[in-house]
Amino acid sequence: MDTAYFLQQLINGVTLGSVYGLIAIGYTMVYGIIGMINFAHGDIFMVGAFIALISFILFALTSIALPIVLLLTLLIAMVFTACYGWTVEKLAYKPLRKSFRLAPLISALGMSIVLQNYVQAAQGARIKTLQPVIQGGFTFMEDTGFTVSLSYLQIFIILVTIVLMAVFTLLITRTALGRAQRACEQDRTMTALMGINVDRTISITFIIGSSLASVAGMMFVMYYGVIDFYIGFLAGIKAFTAAVLGGIGSVPGAMLGGLLIGLIEVFWSGYISIEYKDIAAFTVLVVVLIFFPTGFLGKPDIEKV
Amino acid sequence: MGKKFFQTSIKDSLFTGLIALALFGPIVGLRTVAKNEVLEVHPKWFIVLIIVIVCTVGRFLTNLYVYNRDQKTGIQSSIGKSISNFLDTKGYQIALTAIIFSVIFPFLPFTDRYLMDIAIMMLTYIMLGWGLNIVIGLAGLLDLGYVAFYAVGAYSYALFAIHFGWSFWICLPIAGIFAAMFGVLLGFPVLRLRGDYLAIVTLAFGEMIRILLLNWYQLTKGPDGLTGIPRPSFFGLPFKSFPDEGEQTFHTFFGVEYDPMQRIIFLYYLILVLALITNLFTIKIRRLPIGRAWEALREDEIACKSLGVNPRNTKLTAFAIGAMFGGFAGSFFATRQAFISPESFTFIESAIIVAIVVLGGMGSQTGVVLATVFLIGLIEVFRDFESYRMIAFGGAMVLIMIFRPRGILATRKPTITLEKSSSK
Repeated sequence: MDTAYFLQQLINGVTLGSVYGLIAIGYTMVYGIIGMINFAHGDIFMVGAFIALISFILFALTSIALPIVLLLTLLIAMVFTACYGWTVEKLAYKPLRKSFRLAPLISALGMSIVLQNYVQAAQGARIKTLQPVIQGGFTFMEDTGFTVSLSYLQIFIILVTIVLMAVFTLLITRTALGRAQRACEQDRTMTALMGINVDRTISITFIIGSSLASVAGMMFVMYYGVIDFYIGFLAGIKAFTAAVLGGIGSVPGAMLGGLLIGLIEVFWSGYISIEYKDIAAFTVLVVVLIFFPTGFLGKPDIEKV
Repeated sequence: MGKKFFQTSIKDSLFTGLIALALFGPIVGLRTVAKNEVLEVHPKWFIVLIIVIVCTVGRFLTNLYVYNRDQKTGIQSSIGKSISNFLDTKGYQIALTAIIFSVIFPFLPFTDRYLMDIAIMMLTYIMLGWGLNIVIGLAGLLDLGYVAFYAVGAYSYALFAIHFGWSFWICLPIAGIFAAMFGVLLGFPVLRLRGDYLAIVTLAFGEMIRILLLNWYQLTKGPDGLTGIPRPSFFGLPFKSFPDEGEQTFHTFFGVEYDPMQRIIFLYYLILVLALITNLFTIKIRRLPIGRAWEALREDEIACKSLGVNPRNTKLTAFAIGAMFGGFAGSFFATRQAFISPESFTFIESAIIVAIVVLGGMGSQTGVVLATVFLIGLIEVFRDFESYRMIAFGGAMVLIMIFRPRGILATRKPTITLEKSSSK
């Protein structure tokens, strides 16, 4: 019974952790390249979830096979949400690149308020429920008195996350684009002198971050089946915690941090208290920042005089 | 402005239209509506079409007429500069006029209940803004969880007043002390963090307090909130239309007719005095060593350390004092509303207060007043359009950051300058 319960929590934790990890990559990449906390990223995730929801509803009217529906929704959510990420960067962050340190953060705060209320105005404040898209799954350890279930949906979420992670790790470590990105992280002026279009590289970073967040949004709406315009706030803070935990600026770190935050949250609600599950993530954030501010895989931030 | 330029602007505006279609197409154009617990999509293509046309044409026109950006920002900043100069030279007179106006405001002929309510709300935000200005403007610590101290003040006031029956004037300092203690409690772990990390941790702290208030049902009654918080009395004289047997009330003591406005006017003066105390305190403390240490710490922490300023104690006092004023404002809020629930202390309140401080120009006391009047006025004007007003609010934050990143009153005179030697 105990092992079964533990195993179930582990499965749920890894699933939730995948979602957080995908959002955290957006935070970590943007922080790495322009050194700002993109406060509106959680709301980009929320927009992605809404676009995925709308796409699922539209496809439900047709008779397209499920795998194609999933693939198309994935693409639609990624493309449209990427537009949001791109526009937000162009409108609210790019003019502030040379401004003082807190200006982009406050602008991001404003953008987050705009996005939330815009979706509320356009889609209504009520919660939206989606019928399950993928049903069924495996069950095992039935004889112990607590059935452990691993649904196909959870397998799908974990698999897609792994594939996307692999693709984007390759993109960053092996391609010219990734090289340009890493160069911009180190020294933007020098990179520009080497003939790399810095503005374009930053835009692409936002596009990648937003499309990964939209995948997370699609999984969120499939996994929970319920969304509203406010989901981006909490998910955003938790994903940011994940990025900090893994070491902000490091992409594998973000994934690791996401996994840990997912596990902590699920185990906390499974074993300690479900009401205070959000406090768990916040406590972790505070503790991590105090004891190891660079996270697990981050580089130490040396302050020069 | 050749043919080439014309062509590129057309291309550019068509591209803008395409992006606008991608942005607004799915979210605005395909509204999901629940019918019999199943979501349906109701297309609204007409609105999308209008938005796309507006975006395309707007982009085209701005390309043609205001493509020279430098010129535009030049004008903008010179306007700001002249406002700042005006306030610098005439600052004292303006402040005096504003104070006199706010003192006689309740007795002006056009003042009614609605205006008084807005005025009280604005003064509450001004007080919160001035309190947070100590943390953000003077000490340079971006605190996104200021509403937590407001909540602590409100709840400690309410709990003491309900359970012990203590009067407003006893509960007010207690609430302030409680809030200050929370300020130290939060300040202690986050002292070593810089800039945006600090912002996120304070935000998390604010949310933690809210979740705690929501779930600690025995103490806070959770989402139901606390009701029956005692109304303030005029130094022991309550505002009641029908006094109990032998009870002195405000109107019997002064021998005037009972009028519900009397209480409102009293509340107005109460918050006015509290706010002015906050302001006076800040102006005075800026000239003291601690205030100078705050401002020095904001400019350069390493230089401060090497000059023997203890950053830990300095930051902690900033947090504690800022929190204390938040707590005072919270008590006032509780006694004015007579009902508080965690609903009133969401993150958006913190965002509004931060916006007031930043948009006013960090560290500028007059800026806080201007920003409050502008932002709260904006929210009031769009009162009937619940979510549109918040879109306007967020948009205003972004725009002001772009055009006046240092706030409305950007230039700020240093508090202390070396006097030029007169023996020349």
